[in-house]
Amino acid sequence: MSSRDIILQRLRNRSGGELATPECDFSVLKRPDWSTAERIERFEKAIESVHGEVHHCTDDTWQERLAEVLATRGARNLLVPREHAIGKAIRQSGRTDLPELLAYEAPIENWQSDLFNEVDAAITSTRGGIAETGSLILWPTPDEPRLMSLVPPVHIAVLKASELYTTFHEAMQAQDWSAGMPTNALLISGPSKTADIEQTLAYGVHGPKELIVLVIE
Amino acid sequence: MNSQAHHVDVKEFHPRAQAAIHNPKIRQNFRRAMDGLMAKRTAAFEGWDLETLRDLGANIRLKALSNLPDLLEQLEAKLTENGIRVHWAVDGDEACRIVRDICVARDARTVIKGKSMVSEEMELNHYFGEQGIEALESDLGEYIVQLADETPSHIIMPAIHKNTGEISELMHEKTGTDLSNDVEYLTAAARQQLREKFMNADVGVSGVNFAVAETGTLCLVENEGNGRMTTTVPPCHIAVTGIEKVVPSLEDVSALLALLTRSATGQHITTYFNMISGPRKSGEMDGPEEVHLVLVDNGRSTIYQDDELLDTLRCIRCGACMNHCPVYTRVGGHTYGTTYPGPIGKILMPHLIGLDEGRHLPSASSLCGACGEVCPVKIPIPDLLVRLRQESVDGDRLHPAKVRGHGAKRSTGEALVWKGWAWMHAHPGIYRLGTGAAARFRALQPSKVGAWTRYRTTPKLAGKTLHQRMKERGQ
Repeated sequence: MSSRDIILQRLRNRSGGELATPECDFSVLKRPDWSTAERIERFEKAIESVHGEVHHCTDDTWQERLAEVLATRGARNLLVPREHAIGKAIRQSGRTDLPELLAYEAPIENWQSDLFNEVDAAITSTRGGIAETGSLILWPTPDEPRLMSLVPPVHIAVLKASELYTTFHEAMQAQDWSAGMPTNALLISGPSKTADIEQTLAYGVHGPKELIVLVIE
Repeated sequence: MNSQAHHVDVKEFHPRAQAAIHNPKIRQNFRRAMDGLMAKRTAAFEGWDLETLRDLGANIRLKALSNLPDLLEQLEAKLTENGIRVHWAVDGDEACRIVRDICVARDARTVIKGKSMVSEEMELNHYFGEQGIEALESDLGEYIVQLADETPSHIIMPAIHKNTGEISELMHEKTGTDLSNDVEYLTAAARQQLREKFMNADVGVSGVNFAVAETGTLCLVENEGNGRMTTTVPPCHIAVTGIEKVVPSLEDVSALLALLTRSATGQHITTYFNMISGPRKSGEMDGPEEVHLVLVDNGRSTIYQDDELLDTLRCIRCGACMNHCPVYTRVGGHTYGTTYPGPIGKILMPHLIGLDEGRHLPSASSLCGACGEVCPVKIPIPDLLVRLRQESVDGDRLHPAKVRGHGAKRSTGEALVWKGWAWMHAHPGIYRLGTGAAARFRALQPSKVGAWTRYRTTPKLAGKTLHQRMKERGQ
């Protein structure tokens, strides 16, 4: 008999007999219906408490803010999605105050060491955010691959204020996640951090040192 | 690298506890850390109806366990559909062999590891060492512990037993970094050292916090990003997990996640919540080509048989029980000599190593109840400790002992004393004679009663028995 069958048989022939299945009431996770303004406020407070940075923008101002953010950090380049609207907008803006624009055009194997050593910042879209915990929802795609939000030292995320949910529970229901998940989905709540050395917080241990959220209101 | 776990004799708990209690560095490191963690947890649950939330956590875990075999089959079917290969291991050795076979098939020489307590349980690093495969821990705490050739002393913060100075010296000696008490510097140095390893690793090995049957999703909770690196950069990702980690749906995860991070470190959420549902699809630019899940039993299906012991399997590995344990805080994680230390270790390890080997674990507790009070899934840890104490002396005739190695602490002398005690209490005449004699000859009572009176005043027998006093009162 295979190990699989041995394990399943042991579980099925449980000597204690059938187990009762309790009811689960999820209402304790519910939060009041916060207004958009309240959601933004809570999101900002939560993500700033873990070293994230929030900039309030509009459709007209976010690129200017992006340019400022990159300039103050002396970024030499920016990894930008090719297809997504934010990527197209940046490429077509004709701005001269942006650094060199890069694209994730080839599989990681072909340019791993460049991505790890040469890229200073990356910008991605989000599928919304979570106000209660200050989290961004990312579903990486071929256009915005997984490592864009992980490897460069600065990650800039664009979040539409209208896509801020109250809780994780609400977000997954609203977006019907149970119908099927992508190969990788993420909640990102702040820059990479550790407290493994004597509980002292340090940022950027493996992932980005900085997380900058451009909230488009 | 797990040489320590390999050579530590779990039975030698008491000498290690004595040594730890008299080690001011250990005492200070743990006290400081645990005080901080307790305060943060309390703050993180402010404004929550914590009892109701814990009830939900407990019910979700019970719901999952009540359907365990079906859920595992559903999980397997979903993962397979998503392109993730599923393997089953009866014990740690088989799990190690499965991981090795995957590595060998890929001709893998170097493995990078994300944090996984199940891999510690399997002693996977030790096994890799024997097989000539280089395995490097990438969680900063685990990396430090591996450099020191030690084992984790806490399931969430593996290097909590060391202070900054000790870590600085260790990194200086093993990796050539400068001696520095600047945590930023030490962290940046580790980042640099490990980035190279991520890029060159052939295989990434990680644990799993929750496996979702409904969608075939493996969830990982972390702050550093090393878990994402481990599961994304190498061409092959192997996840190892205990069979009890499966939950029915994503909705369940939302509640358990809320409990897990707040209970563990007082965070509302960790930096990364990573949900993996498949290998790289065609057209995608990154992610592993192959993803494997190894489902490890290693004694869990035996725990599953008993209605009371089953509660052990609810655990979501937050570590709150150790953070709040007065014994753990004083003796530290290494004293236990087991993969899982502290209260959860005391109720889980006897099943994995047997009650003979782990005979001192259930009694390394004051039964103060703090662990049960803070457990996010309401595991009645104190009750389980009492149950295991009974099993270790075969002390409950109505419920015959079941745990492997039961009865290891039974002593004929002690059993005889209790038998006599029971007999005396069942015979009123003898009882009165005995207590009367004890009261009359109380002057002969010894002034010291061994260890019991080392730190306590010896209690004195009363001059009259309760029966005599009641009679005098005319009642």
